[in-house]
Amino acid sequence: MKTYKIALIAACAATLAACSSTDKQSADVYQAAEKAVASSFQNMQPGWDKRLVQDQSQKMCTAARDKPSKAEGEFIEKLNQSFKVQYPADGKLIGDWKKGESIAQNGYGMRVGDNNPSRENGGNCYACHQIQKKELSFGTMGPTLAGYGKVRGNSDAIVKYTYDKIYNAQAFSACSNMPRFGHNGILSPTQISHLVALLLDPKSPVNQ
Amino acid sequence: MKKKLIASLVTAIGVIVPAMAQDKSDADIAAYRAALQDGNPAELWELKGESLWKTKRGSKNQSLETCDLGKGPGKLDGAYAELPRYFADTGKVMDLEARLIHCMETIQGWDTKPYFNKGAFKSKGPGSDIAAIATFVAAQSNGKKFNIDLNHPATKSTFKVGEQLFWRRSGPFDFSCATCHSEDSKRIRLQGLPNLLKAEGAASGVATWPAYRVSQSEVRTLQHRMWDCYWQMRHPDVQYTSEAVTALLTYLVGTGNGTEIKSPYIKR
Repeated sequence: MKTYKIALIAACAATLAACSSTDKQSADVYQAAEKAVASSFQNMQPGWDKRLVQDQSQKMCTAARDKPSKAEGEFIEKLNQSFKVQYPADGKLIGDWKKGESIAQNGYGMRVGDNNPSRENGGNCYACHQIQKKELSFGTMGPTLAGYGKVRGNSDAIVKYTYDKIYNAQAFSACSNMPRFGHNGILSPTQISHLVALLLDPKSPVNQ
Repeated sequence: MKKKLIASLVTAIGVIVPAMAQDKSDADIAAYRAALQDGNPAELWELKGESLWKTKRGSKNQSLETCDLGKGPGKLDGAYAELPRYFADTGKVMDLEARLIHCMETIQGWDTKPYFNKGAFKSKGPGSDIAAIATFVAAQSNGKKFNIDLNHPATKSTFKVGEQLFWRRSGPFDFSCATCHSEDSKRIRLQGLPNLLKAEGAASGVATWPAYRVSQSEVRTLQHRMWDCYWQMRHPDVQYTSEAVTALLTYLVGTGNGTEIKSPYIKR
């Protein structure tokens, strides 16, 4: 039964038929929108055409208007859990919180014109989260992360969860607004370890 | 006027910076906007636009005064409030800027190529004048309510395509328009985000263009706003007056139908 359901959801994501959340997204409208996307973007840099093609999670979340049913949500989370997570070569998941703070502040990278090869991409975490309380310019799209490690401690399980969550948020929360920073190659494994340190290192101002 | 603006800005910043406490910041931002509204440099664009509208230009040496923006040739009063709309002569749903480009091409014999590939967003050179013309036209709908015809089958289906694009997640950040604009009272850093699923959100997000952007020292239009969002979403450049932008604007303005146009506006 369960296998059948998952197969049905997968089929629905592929063909956009026969599933409740696609009611709002009729096949005609879907096709017309895809046609509009195909004709409307230009100045494509090498490989950027792929940015316009939706992967399965993106397709399903679009169809569900970001509110997947329980079964769809489980399917998306399992799918994302099946993707490989890369860890830093030295195996250390807790890096340097100071570097993490600067990654959290930095919104640079991957836009048209962000062409400086000597600049690293940022995570821009403050755009959506409160992190250390001293920084007043924070967004409210995501939950506050102030005191994140103080509340949770830094057991191996918490460290791994935190790393994996930043790496691919949708492995834990289907259709989350949070970018899949590792999975989509926005941040490197080392950069993610610095963000883990910002959240979990007892010396980080987040936990003071 | 510029002096007055700078004085207002200084006053506003003086008010806003020390008072970052969350409960106060909304009121402060409102005060900052009110201060900015007094002496809007967009009025200069409006005047320039009026002159461009009336000047004979292009290979046919014609003015734009016979351009039909949907209410008849040369009828500007309230025309912007009913755009995007379906135009029988092109068989297309067009927004203000697409229609202006069409008029410049057909009436004036004007070479409109320079407007594409971001030419329309440049501060100088060929292509840079369209924001002024758009500001002049939109100002003739200031205080009126958006009232696009969603009963027309073409506009209706364009609206639906726009809605689908609004929710369409793609690119390395997994973003759609809805990622930032489908909930009330959310912020990016300190910037409030309108909930564009609701008429009142659309009113603050859509009915306040063209607007002078203080941070860019330019008047920006709805076409630019759509390009800017896609840029932040890490998409390639969305083409000026493209099908996707027309559809999104039909969806957003349609959602904002009945809300009052405040144009030209002034923003951060």
